[in-house]
Amino acid sequence: MGAINAVKDAINFLTAPAIFISLAAVLFFIAVPRRAFWTRRVAMVGTILGALFVGVSMLDPDFALIVKKADNVPIVAMLFLVGFFLWLSLSQAHENDARIAAGEPPVEGTPREAEKTWVWPDLVYTEMLCMVIGMIVLVVWSLALAAPIEEPANPARTPNPSKAPWYFLGLQEMLVYFDPWLAGVVFPSLIIVGLMAIPYIDVNPKGNGYFTFKERKVEIMLFLFGFLILWVLLVLLGTFLRGPNWNFFGPYEYWDLHKLEALNNVNLSEYVFVKWTHLGLPRNMLLRELPGILAVLFYVGVLPGLLAFRHRILGLPIGLKKYYDRLGPWRYAVFVMLLLSMIALPIKMVLRWTLNLKYIIAMPEIFFNI
Amino acid sequence: MATAPEPKPFIARTWDYVTETQIWKSIFRHGMPDTNRNRVLVVMTNVFLHLHPVKIRKSGIRLKFTWCMGGLTFFLFLVETFTGLLLMFYYRPTVAYAYMDIVDLAEQVPLGIMREIHRWGAHAMVITVWLHMFRVFMTGSYKPPREFNWNVGVILLVLTLLLSFTGYLLPWDQLAIWAITVGSNMARATPLLGHEGPGAQLLVLGDVKMVHAGSDARFALLGGRFVGEGALLRFYVLHCVGIPLVAGILMAIHFWRVRKDGGISGPL
Ligand code: HEM
Repeated sequence: MGAINAVKDAINFLTAPAIFISLAAVLFFIAVPRRAFWTRRVAMVGTILGALFVGVSMLDPDFALIVKKADNVPIVAMLFLVGFFLWLSLSQAHENDARIAAGEPPVEGTPREAEKTWVWPDLVYTEMLCMVIGMIVLVVWSLALAAPIEEPANPARTPNPSKAPWYFLGLQEMLVYFDPWLAGVVFPSLIIVGLMAIPYIDVNPKGNGYFTFKERKVEIMLFLFGFLILWVLLVLLGTFLRGPNWNFFGPYEYWDLHKLEALNNVNLSEYVFVKWTHLGLPRNMLLRELPGILAVLFYVGVLPGLLAFRHRILGLPIGLKKYYDRLGPWRYAVFVMLLLSMIALPIKMVLRWTLNLKYIIAMPEIFFNI
Repeated sequence: MATAPEPKPFIARTWDYVTETQIWKSIFRHGMPDTNRNRVLVVMTNVFLHLHPVKIRKSGIRLKFTWCMGGLTFFLFLVETFTGLLLMFYYRPTVAYAYMDIVDLAEQVPLGIMREIHRWGAHAMVITVWLHMFRVFMTGSYKPPREFNWNVGVILLVLTLLLSFTGYLLPWDQLAIWAITVGSNMARATPLLGHEGPGAQLLVLGDVKMVHAGSDARFALLGGRFVGEGALLRFYVLHCVGIPLVAGILMAIHFWRVRKDGGISGPL
């Protein structure tokens, strides 16, 4: 018993947002570019470990309670599906890269594959097969699992936690770090705009119509970071690890309504005027928030220019001159604004985890907090 | 010595007879698709199949390439349309009836799994549309000449989420109204247009606030200050008519463009 509890405690500890997201990000940057992670053996071991983890964990009543909730079942399935298709795409990408390096065309470009074949019967039968399998899965799933219905709506009784539909839980998780006007309105809009802009700001002509990693490293890393870490991972976190009051609960932890989390978050203005300079907060709102306003103006106003004209900044290879030269001013402007908006989330996360920073600009007077 | 030809078996004779009738010929303008000519005709003379080209790259039909994810998304859309239609027979979108109609559906209809198929199909569609986008990205299929179709896809993605979101409210249980409350609370914070959004205070005429709880973006979405009768009707209409209609049209454009952009992408 002792050993089991120790393992559970360790997992509860490791899944706390700061550690969980950081570990996932590190793993992401190590694994995605390396072919050794995308072999059949790794896929098999990964699937078995994943299934074992979920299977054995079901013995824990708190874990089972959340995972067995009817609406959460598809999210568990999604976890495995995303893993599988990530593997399927990256294994093919790395395989093609090896072929290209050896002077061969990618698999999709071999004469055998480029040859044309009849839509009837070849494609139509494949489609029908997919449909039949899809229908079987859906019917079996529907027979096995009843659609949930809770108590009738009662506007006077707010459930705790109150969660948005599962596919928006990544956005709800963002509310931990940003106010609703950013997490709920500006960022979702930017995600949509950003997705739409992709074909126009990615001017790399390579990798069109076949899996490859080496020919489009940066694009793939950026997109996958957004999709896997900032979207799918946050959906999982919001679904399985956020309980009453949106507090964090480990997978084996009881959702205690009265769990207290120390909230000692501090605004940048308080850091500057109280903690560091002991001046006391200025009365005037704009003066008080001046440090934050300058920081944000630097981030959106100066940084893009700085990045555009340097290859390296402070010795780090983070300059974007290469992209500025390739994209030209307009494409670059869109690209860098989208990039900075996307990175704003991890930056705010890290600031929160390390400095307990609440707001960089805090003007609750006009609902303007960043 | 020549032997007499075997007489055709009964089924083959019936088949021949049926396919020679005027009725059959008026519907199908081709023979069995076992010759190349008929394979072309099968695709070209069928309104559904003609969304396909007649011939296609071999790499484009490999499951390893497309994962059939776009196809599955479309399939799920059709399943949702069909089961949704059946559900509409039993469901009335009013605060007084909605919840009980859903409960009755589970209790009164033996072996009825339409609601299950509809709900799980909706979850599945959200997942497949994400995976489809993921595949299209990984094969770089948004690159010229498919930029526009990627954009049609992004709108379809948004519409899929909105379809699911509007449907979430209809059972009118605790899960439904609070999920929509949480989701739509965001609209309160819309810059300028939400009454708790940055800048909304600046929009005043003399002493009168222009953006308040009864006039902001959230109010427009919900048809009220909270998730109530107005929201239920709005969401119902959008869910059953508005969004599916737009999504259906966009899907037609999407498929058409796949063809017009040169079929499923492949290395040049
Ligand atoms: C309701 C949603 C959608 C449906 C029903 C749908 C359906 C399809 C189908 C059936 C195909 C043929 C190839 C395949 O199955 O992969 C396809 C291709 C394509 N889809 Fe979608 N799609 C949807 C959403 C999207 C989204 C969200 C995107 C991207 C953001 C997208 C972008 C594309 C592109 C660029 C192609 C061409 C791919 C190629 O030539 O390889 N679609 N879509």
